Amino acid sequence: MSVQSPIKNQKSKIALYLPLIKSSQTGLLLATGIAGYLSAGTRIGLLTLLGMSFSLFLAISGSTIMNMWYDRDIDAKMKRTHKRSAASGELNQREVFWVGMIISVLGIGWALLIAPLFGLVVFAGWFFDVVVYTLWLKRRTAWSIVWGGISGAMPILAGRVLATGHIDLVGILLALAILFWIPTHTLTFSIKFREDYSNAGIPTFPSTYGDTFTRATIAISSALAALAIGWASVLIGISAGYLRLIAVLTAGLLLLAFATFRVQSEQINFGLFKYASLYMLSSMIILATKAF
Amino acid sequence: MKMTALDRVLLLLTGLLAAYQIVVGIDQLSTAPIIAYTIAFGVLLVAGLLLIILGFDVLDSPVVVIVSTIIPLALSLGLVWEHLASYRILYLIFTISGFLAVSLTRAIPMKNRERVSTITIAVVHGIAGMTIFLLPIILSAQGVMKSAFALVGIGGAIIGIGGLLLSFLKAGKPILSKNTILKVLPGLLLLMATCFVAGFKFG
Repeated sequence: MSVQSPIKNQKSKIALYLPLIKSSQTGLLLATGIAGYLSAGTRIGLLTLLGMSFSLFLAISGSTIMNMWYDRDIDAKMKRTHKRSAASGELNQREVFWVGMIISVLGIGWALLIAPLFGLVVFAGWFFDVVVYTLWLKRRTAWSIVWGGISGAMPILAGRVLATGHIDLVGILLALAILFWIPTHTLTFSIKFREDYSNAGIPTFPSTYGDTFTRATIAISSALAALAIGWASVLIGISAGYLRLIAVLTAGLLLLAFATFRVQSEQINFGLFKYASLYMLSSMIILATKAF
Repeated sequence: MKMTALDRVLLLLTGLLAAYQIVVGIDQLSTAPIIAYTIAFGVLLVAGLLLIILGFDVLDSPVVVIVSTIIPLALSLGLVWEHLASYRILYLIFTISGFLAVSLTRAIPMKNRERVSTITIAVVHGIAGMTIFLLPIILSAQGVMKSAFALVGIGGAIIGIGGLLLSFLKAGKPILSKNTILKVLPGLLLLMATCFVAGFKFG
């Protein structure tokens, strides 16, 4: 019988927990928060920026772990997710719950200490994701993604609020941009993995309304996301050069979105999924240039 | 053919150069060339990103011929607008009608479509390509622009080679094998973008 050292045990446990925070998704949401903060063009407080980043990281990670904890039964039924450590039973469920809760409380608490309004927006994001989206609506209606989208829009609003001290039109537009971008991301995903979602009994747009309606929704929401990003960029006062770059990237997004609508191809669908992430990351970097 | 990591790096660098050109490389120009160059480098940027995301399979799309026409047309329009003021309107008409001709001869069913389409592409690419190739070199030689501006012409020659290779491949009469073309394409695109950016910056 082999006995593992405590350090090795801890390392393997960390390795099991790391996938639970969905590093790419958390990283992208964190990038939106930082971009929201920098978009205000105010003096950058390094400590504030670090505090904001860590509190957001913890709150987003905490909500993602809570999501994984609650959805472990449906994750276990899906090919794409059945190996996740919460779904596969490699981790103790009680422990996962408490780790998720403690990280969430640390993140939201830290955010409230930095600035109450910032903390409130961070808490709203957590609440919409964990309670409204995951616990309440995900298994009931395909429209749950709207609430998932609202939750995903909170980090950028939080970042903006922290810099400006209030909720302004630019903050709302940036949040709307994320809200409308998220269907481009999630609906293309639900088309690609439709069997998985069907096996798990999760209502999705493709299974509820069919492919044509889903693809039309993707195209329209992409256009609305692009409109919101463009409008916000103008109000922020991004330079003409960066506005041109946003226009070019937006044109690519719209072309792909409408191509997805017209040509029902798995390849284009996947291309849109990838491009949409790249588009959002690029837009965030461009918005952040306002600070420099 | 599967895209290698090196191909992706080359395409990413091409995209970054195109983005740089859009953001800072054309700021000092007047509105019309800015629009023309933004379209040209924008198509290059988005095409590079799509190649990275979707791989070389994306080149099988019938839209490629039309899209690959936009880059030389828009670039040459920008150059003519900037440096040959008396030909502006004439060249604008050629650009619009050339683009429409390439698009329509690919889209509308007609007798001898392949032949008509190939001739149209050859004429449109030929005029636009020669403009991008010759105009900067002539302007540099005459001393109107700095000698580095000739790099734009070299970029034009490279885009011409790339365009010809792709067009003849799409027309079913490849000059080089598909594998060879795909092997050199990312490098050609990066070299072309480098020549354009350096030519505009130092010329």
